[in-house]
Amino acid sequence: MPEDCIYIARSSAIAARALAGEMMVMNSADSTFFTLNEVATAIFQAADGHTPLREIVRNQICEQFDVDPEQAQADAEQFVAELSAHGILLVSNQPLAAETAR
Amino acid sequence: MSLMSEVGQKAFNLGVPFAVHLDVTYRCNERCVHCYLDHDDHGEMTTAEIKDVLDQLAEAGVFFLTFSGGEVFMRRDFFELVEHARRLMFNVKIKTNAVMIHEEEARRLRELAVDTIQISVYSHRPQVHDAITKLPHSFERTINSIRFLREQGLRVTIANVMMTVNSSDHLGVQKLAAELGVHYTLDPTITPMMDGGTSVLALRIPGEDLPEIFHNPALVGSQEEFCAPPQPPSEEDLEGYSCSPGHSFCYISPYGDVFPCVQFPLPTGNIRQQKFLDVWNLSPQMKEVRSIQAKDLTVCSSCSHVTSCTRCPGLAYVEGSMRGPSTADCEKSFYRTGVPTANMLRQGLSKPPGRVRLIQIRPIAMPA
Ligand code: SF4
Ligand code: SF4
Repeated sequence: MPEDCIYIARSSAIAARALAGEMMVMNSADSTFFTLNEVATAIFQAADGHTPLREIVRNQICEQFDVDPEQAQADAEQFVAELSAHGILLVSNQPLAAETAR
Repeated sequence: MSLMSEVGQKAFNLGVPFAVHLDVTYRCNERCVHCYLDHDDHGEMTTAEIKDVLDQLAEAGVFFLTFSGGEVFMRRDFFELVEHARRLMFNVKIKTNAVMIHEEEARRLRELAVDTIQISVYSHRPQVHDAITKLPHSFERTINSIRFLREQGLRVTIANVMMTVNSSDHLGVQKLAAELGVHYTLDPTITPMMDGGTSVLALRIPGEDLPEIFHNPALVGSQEEFCAPPQPPSEEDLEGYSCSPGHSFCYISPYGDVFPCVQFPLPTGNIRQQKFLDVWNLSPQMKEVRSIQAKDLTVCSSCSHVTSCTRCPGLAYVEGSMRGPSTADCEKSFYRTGVPTANMLRQGLSKPPGRVRLIQIRPIAMPA
């Protein structure tokens, strides 16, 4: 999948809430529970299904956190792969409908 | 410490309402003999009011939301409320008797990614369960519903409230839960009525019968650990607080009243008149509950059980003082360990005074 075309959306099966700057995320299907640090939280919150990951990294991460763009992109891709393996983020090379619980 | 406990502790320390129990109605289609509620509708919050409360709770940082009642499905808008809650990304748990859950409702609950559904089952014998709920065929309907929920892959917990009238059935219910592939919890706590009435307490398992439960590894796990004699409290233990109400948990009634806990009927405010966070942060009662440390407890601070006791400040409050002992928990501590409690010693008793006696009890016809 070309990296410019990665789109991410939050799954409808999750619960999430911010606690003192960290995002708590839980997948109700298997009760896996995560806390995301500030950078991961910014990516998670920007996962609207139609903003490419590269754009999220450029606009949300590099600008806010003053990090190297290539490193940030690599970290973001790894993070997205991990959360998608746990069913927390949906990943596609097409824009996705932002899922909300129906 | 698991990540979840760490986060829970962080919310506790920060005073963030991490979990809220919201009763959406007190109406019910069952009339359980031990129930502490008045089932008439005295002006429940409307759909719009509850949605507004949910918005406020999300804003306040609530992560775990339990919908309960009464019977939640007595509200025609219940799915609309769950939908709203899930849109706000709460982790939603539902407590229900499940008799109104059919295939369609089970499918909806799965689509909404509800975390857990807790269902009351009193016995594996239909006639005993139905005699407790006073709803004919309720056992059959509840068990069918559990099957529908399991077919959808939903997580279900059977809550087995244990009282005098079903005290011999817990092993049967546990076996039934295993057959259905669901979790099982046993609760020997009978709560006084919301209006302070104590008649239902006559259904509590008498203290003398508790050792049998507490020494049953199938129910309590490692007996050695569970029944271990209490360790004397350290300085740090005495600086500690009891349970989460007022720190990271509270209860909201169908009328918008906010209490520290379901079992702690101390009024702290009403969200029809105030913002939730104003009640949570500013209510003098909530602040008082939040301030109580083990060293402030009148009798319990000098009790050897104080660190391991399940002392419920809500039950203590109903007995007269939220800083005092709770008789039901004194009984449990004594019968669990055999070590006398400070509450017994100060009264010169060699065993707990026994349960609060019957004032008036609704008759129940139990099958043989
Ligand atoms: S001990 Fe009592 S007040 Fe505390 S959480 Fe349990 S029921 Fe509520
Ligand atoms: S056993 Fe009784 S006196 Fe001791 S801490 Fe528990 S409630 Fe208090």
